[in-house]
Amino acid sequence: MTVSVQETDFDCGAEVAVLSAGDDEAGAVASFVGLVRGGEILAMTLEHYPGMTEQALQKIVDQARQRWEVRRVRVIHRVGRLAPGDQIVFVGVSSRHRGDAFAACEFIMDYLKTQAPFWKKEETPSGGRWVDARESDEDAARRWSGGN
Amino acid sequence: MSVKVLYFAGLREAMGRSAESVDLPAGVTTAGGLRDCLAGQHEAIRTAKNLRVAVNQQMVGLDAPVADGDEVAFFPPVTGG
Repeated sequence: MTVSVQETDFDCGAEVAVLSAGDDEAGAVASFVGLVRGGEILAMTLEHYPGMTEQALQKIVDQARQRWEVRRVRVIHRVGRLAPGDQIVFVGVSSRHRGDAFAACEFIMDYLKTQAPFWKKEETPSGGRWVDARESDEDAARRWSGGN
Repeated sequence: MSVKVLYFAGLREAMGRSAESVDLPAGVTTAGGLRDCLAGQHEAIRTAKNLRVAVNQQMVGLDAPVADGDEVAFFPPVTGG
């Protein structure tokens, strides 16, 4: 299974281990973990579009596979209510050489930020508020289309 | 001729519903046309900034065609990750 959308937490160590288990062609594993930042946020709730979300994530993984020589890919995104410090997202990529793993991992995160149908609502002491999309996230995704 | 319309996140809250069946008025053939039609009835859609649309679970532009039986979702820019 490449892509999972789930309420439950995940074990980064176990996910990283699976990316290269039994594959002696893999020379590199790159991974990214996104966390809920604290500050004035008490908690946040992640909403998504069931059905479309999984397709959108798979499409992003497929695009990464077309651009880089990657071996295994794993994407996990949590939904539901999360607290500061909780893990939200995991992206892991294995490849023969580190360059492909680093690039594909970053590409998947950048595209996920702008293409996958998730929305965050923050709970603060003054009430709930939907997080606004950031122009910097659009910029991060766009830089991949300007040549490699 | 009808489509299933879905709303998410802040737009879902402002609309007070997550889904509805909408009869496609004659002449409405695109996602943008449907948006304009709904905007005439709902302030939440009229005032939504940077509304995004998906037809049959694919993110598309407002010029994308819509037809009988399609699933059309409107939502704010995504904020996952």
